[in-house]
Amino acid sequence: HGPYQPHEPGYGLDQPGYSPYEDEIPDPQARMLAIKNAKAYLLKTSTKSGLNLYDHFANILTKILDEQPTNTVDIIENISQDVKWAQFRKKMDTLRDEHLILPTFEAAEKCKALFFKEGGEEDREELDEEMGEPPLPNVMETAFYFEQAGIGLSKDECYYIFLAFKNLVNVQPIQTCRFWGKILGLEMNYIIAEVQLREGEEEEETGEEGEETIAEEQKEMGEGEEEEEGEQKEKEPEPPKSTYKPPPEIPKEANGTGTNKYVYFVCNEPGKPWVKLPPVTPAQIVCARQIKKFFTGRLDAPVVSFPPFPGNEANYLRAQIARISAGTHVSPTGFYQFPEDEEEEEGADTYEENPEFEPPPVSEMVESLATWAHHVKDILKQGRCVWINPAQKSEENDEEDEEEEEEEEEEQQEEAGHPLLTLISEDEGMKNIPAWTAQASTNLIPEYSIAILQSNRWPGAYAFASGRKFENIYFGWGHKYNPENHTPALPPPAEAEFPSEPGITERADPTVEEELAFKAAQEEALAEAEEEEEEEGEDD
Amino acid sequence: MEALSLPAALALVAGGGAGLSPELRAALGASLPLVQRDYRFERVWFWGCIQGVRGAYYIAEGLGPDRAAPRSCLYSLNCLDWSLLTPATEEMLALAEQVKGRFQGDPSFEYSLAEINPEAAARLVESGKEPVIKEEARLIATIEHIDREVGIVPRGAFVKTPLGSVHENRHFEGLSLVEAKKLSSYFHFTQPANLKNKTLLEKADLDPSTDFLDSLEHDIPRGSWSIQLEKGGTVVVLRSLLWLGLTFYHVPTTKQFGYIYFGTGEKNLDLPFML
Repeated sequence: HGPYQPHEPGYGLDQPGYSPYEDEIPDPQARMLAIKNAKAYLLKTSTKSGLNLYDHFANILTKILDEQPTNTVDIIENISQDVKWAQFRKKMDTLRDEHLILPTFEAAEKCKALFFKEGGEEDREELDEEMGEPPLPNVMETAFYFEQAGIGLSKDECYYIFLAFKNLVNVQPIQTCRFWGKILGLEMNYIIAEVQLREGEEEEETGEEGEETIAEEQKEMGEGEEEEEGEQKEKEPEPPKSTYKPPPEIPKEANGTGTNKYVYFVCNEPGKPWVKLPPVTPAQIVCARQIKKFFTGRLDAPVVSFPPFPGNEANYLRAQIARISAGTHVSPTGFYQFPEDEEEEEGADTYEENPEFEPPPVSEMVESLATWAHHVKDILKQGRCVWINPAQKSEENDEEDEEEEEEEEEEQQEEAGHPLLTLISEDEGMKNIPAWTAQASTNLIPEYSIAILQSNRWPGAYAFASGRKFENIYFGWGHKYNPENHTPALPPPAEAEFPSEPGITERADPTVEEELAFKAAQEEALAEAEEEEEEEGEDD
Repeated sequence: MEALSLPAALALVAGGGAGLSPELRAALGASLPLVQRDYRFERVWFWGCIQGVRGAYYIAEGLGPDRAAPRSCLYSLNCLDWSLLTPATEEMLALAEQVKGRFQGDPSFEYSLAEINPEAAARLVESGKEPVIKEEARLIATIEHIDREVGIVPRGAFVKTPLGSVHENRHFEGLSLVEAKKLSSYFHFTQPANLKNKTLLEKADLDPSTDFLDSLEHDIPRGSWSIQLEKGGTVVVLRSLLWLGLTFYHVPTTKQFGYIYFGTGEKNLDLPFML
């Protein structure tokens, strides 16, 4: 019999080694040999992976006994796989692993830096003396109120933003400052601060811009002169000049008024440096109304669109911020009033807080939209808040930026938006959707609920009001809601190339008969002329 | 996302500005376990919130032992009382795609089909029903569309057993930071459509237990996902640009992941113009 013989009952039971009670070790030699063979087989190293089954089983059993998972038999294959993978990770290299510096750690460094004060303490104290109210907005308080409505960022992020604002206030000469909101982008997001700089700072910038525009105009004059000289030199016929005159450029509004009332600073994440956005021009707003593009998160990214956007992503962002502010910044009616000294003109741009404002109860604020009013001027179709007559400007050809409102005398094209403190109940809805949705933050505890407004025209714009406190904020992608789908502007019809002049219009060539007739007529005329001359000659 | 990990998860998706008020969170914490008990679900996922003009719908989904089986959807207007929704039919899906505009916030609101799709309206009239589509049906269809098109999970989070049922992978330890930035590490958690179209070489690398779903790489249009690493890589957040408001989060090298929808329930058909 061979080494693996099963124990056959009744076989030599009386001999030593074969009794039923001794079948654990019937034949030490044979069984040991069998075991050794089996073990040798199990220890055979695989030619592919260098493992052997014996060690593998030992490792599996060790792992199972160590970890004691539930339902081991169901996941035994996974365990086996894991053990095999673990084998491969052991490297017998003499090279040491380099410690990976993950971007996680860098970001953590930046966040930690926020917690330390920038600049000396002395500067801070000086600033505090000069200004009456602290310009730093209480971001956490605002976040608390919006959280009651379920809107807002996580508390950690809010606190980082709070600290980032503190840095901004310390660095820039800021009069008032507000957290405007967050706009999401494809690669990175934008955190936006709405700021009013102190008076002196703004003037410096307009000075710089004025110089730039002077330089540009001089360049244009220089080019014009060159062109004229060129014409005189070249006496060859030139192609007819194009009769296209671009529409006159509408000047942007001065810093501090209209769409440029506030200055905006953005950063991608709290901890990154704040970047100032350039003022917005009407052309940019007009174009931004016609396009719909995602923000990428990089301010210098080009905006590829039709109609071509005059600027890069920073300008597009600024234009959208201006549109959103004009469309959705509201406050309880009566909180702001026109100053009593000035007459209420249509172009009134200033408002001040009403000290006698009594906030209506929350239920009233939720039910009736007449308790809310816009406090930012509408943007007209022209792209500005205050209408300007482009024809007049091009005649005078003066340098802009002297924004005394030009008289809107004779034009029928004058555009007028709503006056400044319009109630939002006059906002038109789209189809059957109202422009605003008002809710109370909680129906269970009405004593402490606050009124929340959501804009349906700009999804992502919210406002809350609770007693004398109110605030507006925006969280979203930065686009207006369009009930129908966005239709891109069609290219304008092609311009006629040349005006119709006799030298250019095509005529049919004369046929042979016509040419012969013409030649005959000419010869006759010549013959007549010669006869006349001869007659005259004879006369003389 | 898992109802049990809701508090932590909401903090991770709050980057988009949308979230839940403390009242709703507390209500969810109380009502979702009861839902699990009553309907005998194994897992309950809080799917998200669809904002209507006059109110919002809060949606939860319940899963049975096979995680890839069709999920039961429940909706609530106040996060306390949940009502089961009927499963979506293809006809409902086709009709609901035609309805445009915001949700109203009232489940019994009826959209008149005559304006939208006269043929379907005519068919319904013939079969004796009114030519309307109720908002509830539109809700069911929208949830189904969103789940099919943009409901995603990380690769390796679920395994398919040889018997065909799908379970969570207990050995899933999370994606590494490098893998988390790639679109190919995320799968649509729905019936795969493109799996058989891969080349033989690609198929050879697949592991049939974990790679049984479509990955996001070949989504049309390209670039319809925005991947961002927030907090320097602590959390990877994917936002869908096709259904604005769907946010997926995953903390690399941990088991935490999930997706949630906070939005108006409208598909972004302008996407090709916006990229």
